[in-house]
Amino acid sequence: MDALILARIQFAANISFHILFPAITIALGWVLLFFKLRFNATGDDKWMDAYRFWVKVFALSFAMGVVSGITMSFQFGTNWPGFMERVGNIAGPLLAYEVLTAFFLEATFLGIMLFGWKRVPGWMHTGATVLVAFGTTMSAFWILVLNSWMHTPQGFEMREGVAHATDWFAIVFNPSMPYRLSHMLMASALTVAFLLAGISAWRWLRGDRAPSVMAVLRTGVVMAAIGGPTQLLLGDMHGLNTLEHQPAKVAAMEGNWETGPYVPLVLFAIPDEATRSNRFEIGIPWGASLILRHDPAGEVPGLNQFRGAHPPVAPVFYAFRVMVGTGMLMIGFGLIGAWFLWRRGALPRVMMWGLVGMTFSGWVATLAGWYVTEIGRQPWLVTGVLTTAQAVGPVPAGSVGTTLAMYLVLYGMLLVAYIATLYRLAARGRLAEAMPGTVMPVPKGSVA
Amino acid sequence: MTPFVPADWLPVIFAGLMALSILFYVVLDGFDLGVGILLPRVREEAGRDRMIAAIGPFWDANETWLVLGVGLLLVAFPSAHGVILTALYLPVAVMLVGLMLRGVAFEFRAKAHDLTSKRRWDHAFVAGSLVAALSQGWMLGRYVLGFAEGWAALAFAAMAAVGLAIAYAFIGATWLIWRTEGALQRQAIGWARLAIWPLGIGILLVSAVTPLVSARIFERWFSVPEVFLLAPLPIVTAALLLGIASLLKHLPLPDDALRRFPFWGAVALFALFFAGLAWSFFPYVVPERLTIWQAASAPESLSLILAGAIFVLPIILGYTVLAWRIFGGKARDLTYY
Repeated sequence: MDALILARIQFAANISFHILFPAITIALGWVLLFFKLRFNATGDDKWMDAYRFWVKVFALSFAMGVVSGITMSFQFGTNWPGFMERVGNIAGPLLAYEVLTAFFLEATFLGIMLFGWKRVPGWMHTGATVLVAFGTTMSAFWILVLNSWMHTPQGFEMREGVAHATDWFAIVFNPSMPYRLSHMLMASALTVAFLLAGISAWRWLRGDRAPSVMAVLRTGVVMAAIGGPTQLLLGDMHGLNTLEHQPAKVAAMEGNWETGPYVPLVLFAIPDEATRSNRFEIGIPWGASLILRHDPAGEVPGLNQFRGAHPPVAPVFYAFRVMVGTGMLMIGFGLIGAWFLWRRGALPRVMMWGLVGMTFSGWVATLAGWYVTEIGRQPWLVTGVLTTAQAVGPVPAGSVGTTLAMYLVLYGMLLVAYIATLYRLAARGRLAEAMPGTVMPVPKGSVA
Repeated sequence: MTPFVPADWLPVIFAGLMALSILFYVVLDGFDLGVGILLPRVREEAGRDRMIAAIGPFWDANETWLVLGVGLLLVAFPSAHGVILTALYLPVAVMLVGLMLRGVAFEFRAKAHDLTSKRRWDHAFVAGSLVAALSQGWMLGRYVLGFAEGWAALAFAAMAAVGLAIAYAFIGATWLIWRTEGALQRQAIGWARLAIWPLGIGILLVSAVTPLVSARIFERWFSVPEVFLLAPLPIVTAALLLGIASLLKHLPLPDDALRRFPFWGAVALFALFFAGLAWSFFPYVVPERLTIWQAASAPESLSLILAGAIFVLPIILGYTVLAWRIFGGKARDLTYY
């Protein structure tokens, strides 16, 4: 394999591992604030128990996000030196603002949030929770501004091959930013919704009847019921925006080889770039035209318009289906779960098991979605400005391969440890909710 | 954004900001990593918990200074970022693995379900801290010699690696002298006394080698009147070393007086050493190859970052001080929840 593909795999491995954790912390910060505010308002201990359990998950996820994020800041330079040379004048300030307005805020107040419990007044602890949640969201904002600009760049001019900013407002509010940002924030909300519901359902199935368990489960299901359909709407708007600015990506997502009207919605197929057609295609007639143009005769751009300059079709096509399929499952679980909670005040056992199965569905959908949009931008790194191949560094393939193997082993181990710890915490739920320093009464008959 | 400071000054300001971030990182995460390196010296669980508690609320924010330092290199001097990180590709990767292990071991350890798995994360914590410190020292050694090839350069880098690990262990020990009490504090005093002499020799070696490998750096230090103007630097360094060493002999004092002194003395040592390096290499950002003016980004972009930094950095320093006040004093039990 050549250095380019290795550099891409390495970066993809790193960023895929990284995004798992921000996908949790962005929304979980606000959920923790919700728990804290519910406790402040009601004085009900179950909300504090919920806070104490989930703040541990937050701290662990946050640490995983921080350490893998630091790796990213180095890999920009080691893997893609051409990126900063060409568009550093635009990417630089956006990244700098992320560090200045988000990283220090999160990291410092997380310390107070985790360890300051007994040292600061209650209002300050709530305030620290607000600032941490705000910090994670700010971090998402800046990084999605930059990523969106790479998809739909504007507000700059090229001088001697280097991009110079001409209009910062246009750069920040580039055409795809509002859609991508809201789609990602909602993705985080859904990831957390199913994590909350899944872990709580697992605790409940194991016989853990702590009041906090049902409270958190209900929070998760309601979040999913509201967030799922909202995400469908946001995703559709994001797709229409992509059609306008990156039609080749949409053509790959749809597996549509020829431009024309009455284009079917392809549910499943095996796209074949050699013959430039789909095999085993199952589709809904006129579907794509209806969705994308709201008119069966609407003309939908096909890949034939972008010969030699469109992304690899199969990965985009499949990833899109994984994302949408997972999303549909999430919507179903959210709505049905909410219905049961509303009409019966409880969930049937089979539904509980279903939620356990859906615990990490947010990760699957989020990763699939990012693969759609990032592979869908290829061969460009910055649309129309810089190709991925132009940005790659001179590091020999051997070094990239060695470090890639090192990272993969480490990421595999950390992921296993993370999930194992999550379930161990859940298994010891009551213990994990205890106040620091308090001694849990040992149940009779057990060996301490 | 239209530049509000002369364009020629921007690279200097950013070099200063970057140097400051790196110095902050080396001091702040230095004591975290040092405590990690020293952890195996303590066998019993309570002592280890206390050591971890002493850095618990800080390490995350401390590590952020590395992100800022590297971030400033990336955004202000992109071509230098490319050259330096390409030359240091493998040690950077090794350091990142170390930092990852250290950072997550911290969290996993706090949630371990039994002593065996806690010990396993202790090992990861120690290994991560040590690997991060060694690779940072290696990078320092490679950088100082301008990424020169050959076995002598590599031997120098290996020495710098060990040197920086000792320096971190030293500042970590002084932090523990400040933040712990009783038997652990006495142990920490012993570690600091052990580490201070190799640290002094390390400082001496790097200071001696740097001017010898470059005529330009030699000129910077040993021409008249520089040699007289700069004389306070080595003199104060030597005085500090001797002062701290003799103070350590008498610690702990009644009422724990002067408990902060070794740490702030170590900070001063780090700062002086760093100032010496900065004086040697300025205005080069890649030694003898690329000056800060050659490597700098466009003035408009730098101005925009500077405007934000002027506004935000004081706020960051403000809440950092707040956190230090909240978590001032001796580390007690691990009040992590």
